[in-house]
Amino acid sequence: MSASSLQEDLARLDAIVRALEADDLDLDRALALFEEGVERLRAARERLSAADLRLRQLREAADGSVRLDDVEG
Amino acid sequence: MTLRLPLGAAPDGRPLTVSEITATAREVLETAVPPLWVVGEVSGFKRHASGHWYFTLKDADAQLRCVMWRGDAARVKGVPEDGLQVFARGALTVYAKRGDLQFVARDILPTAEGGFYAALLERARANLEKDGLLDPARKRALPQFPRAVGVVTSPEGAAWRDIVAVVGRRWPLAELVLVGARVQGEDAPADLCRALALAGRLDGLDVLIVGRGGGSKEDLWAFNDERVARAVAASPVPVISAVGHETDVSLTDLVADARAATPTAAAEKAVPDRAELLRRLLAQQGTLGATAARRMELVRERLRGAAARMDRACARHVERGTARLRDALVRIAAAGARALEARRSEVARLAAKLDALSPLRVLERGYAVARDAGGRVLRRAGDFPPGLAFRLRLADGEVRARSEGSR
Repeated sequence: MSASSLQEDLARLDAIVRALEADDLDLDRALALFEEGVERLRAARERLSAADLRLRQLREAADGSVRLDDVEG
Repeated sequence: MTLRLPLGAAPDGRPLTVSEITATAREVLETAVPPLWVVGEVSGFKRHASGHWYFTLKDADAQLRCVMWRGDAARVKGVPEDGLQVFARGALTVYAKRGDLQFVARDILPTAEGGFYAALLERARANLEKDGLLDPARKRALPQFPRAVGVVTSPEGAAWRDIVAVVGRRWPLAELVLVGARVQGEDAPADLCRALALAGRLDGLDVLIVGRGGGSKEDLWAFNDERVARAVAASPVPVISAVGHETDVSLTDLVADARAATPTAAAEKAVPDRAELLRRLLAQQGTLGATAARRMELVRERLRGAAARMDRACARHVERGTARLRDALVRIAAAGARALEARRSEVARLAAKLDALSPLRVLERGYAVARDAGGRVLRRAGDFPPGLAFRLRLADGEVRARSEGSR
């Protein structure tokens, strides 16, 4: 799961809906767009429904490197 | 501190001149006392034609003569008025001509809005502004769908708990990364700077919240520290500053990319609301379905139209073909009839010819054919020996006969 691809999905969805609303589009293209739109919707919804909030703490280790530890909510 | 003259006497034991005394006092003051801030009430303010400012700072028990040179005076916003409480930064010296203790002010800040803190804040603000850090054009857009949200605050504070609660409710897809820092006390500015720098070293952070819950002016002071403000401005990712409650505005608020009144509000700014987004997706699904259905209907209509046109075109072709076929058949039939007629008259002609040659025809003219018992045609007189029985074939029948001899 990545948030940037959620952003991509949503932007793409907007573009697809706009394209479908414009009429100068041949059928094959429209159907392909529709299928893609449905797939993007599914993916976006899946992404949104996933996961519990993850809490971590950033610390600097003794050697100067950064370290991420899970923490309790 | 090195003095040109031992106090009390010149090297040769002669009394000191006034000039030597004031010069010594001046050197002592200028070397021993570093630049400082002084607070006092302005009185006797005069702006000289040269642009220099002359005034006195006083409190209940004492006065201090002050000068501010033209170049420094030009940088001060507004003009101090008599009776105004100010902070002045500068250095002590001696004005030899008068033998006065004199303060050379480099900077003057009014204390009216909040005392010393306000003065410091104004100074820091001015520094930040001079470096362009308050320029609205510097402000970066916050990410729409952050994956990792950093939070620079105290691990024990209410701010962290509030932010966890809000992000957990609105956008649990995210990862919250706490970067713990002391947020009040003397070492808070340095610790905040350290935490901000540490957060900047973490790859993958999308946005950073820095702040703490409300408190007294002193409690919140670290967020008015110029170093902390500069550390916020230096963040590689957009920063939301959230210090205190509704009314407090801190220096970090001014340099951050976004400002929130409280940590809760900062969390709401940092992440979108999942429920709202899901509603938007649902609406989009509806639009998608509707446009697809409408498009299919358009296509269906066009197909129906095309089919109808094709039907009509076919019908026309069939019509045309049928007519041609009919025409051809008629022509073929006509040709056949003509050929038949020709053949028929030929046959008639031949038949007539045959008819003329027919033996029956000859017989009808009165001739007869004689044949012996074996059916052999008797052609010559010699064929009729006397007593020969033969048959005569006439047109309408046969006659039996007997030869009486030939001549």
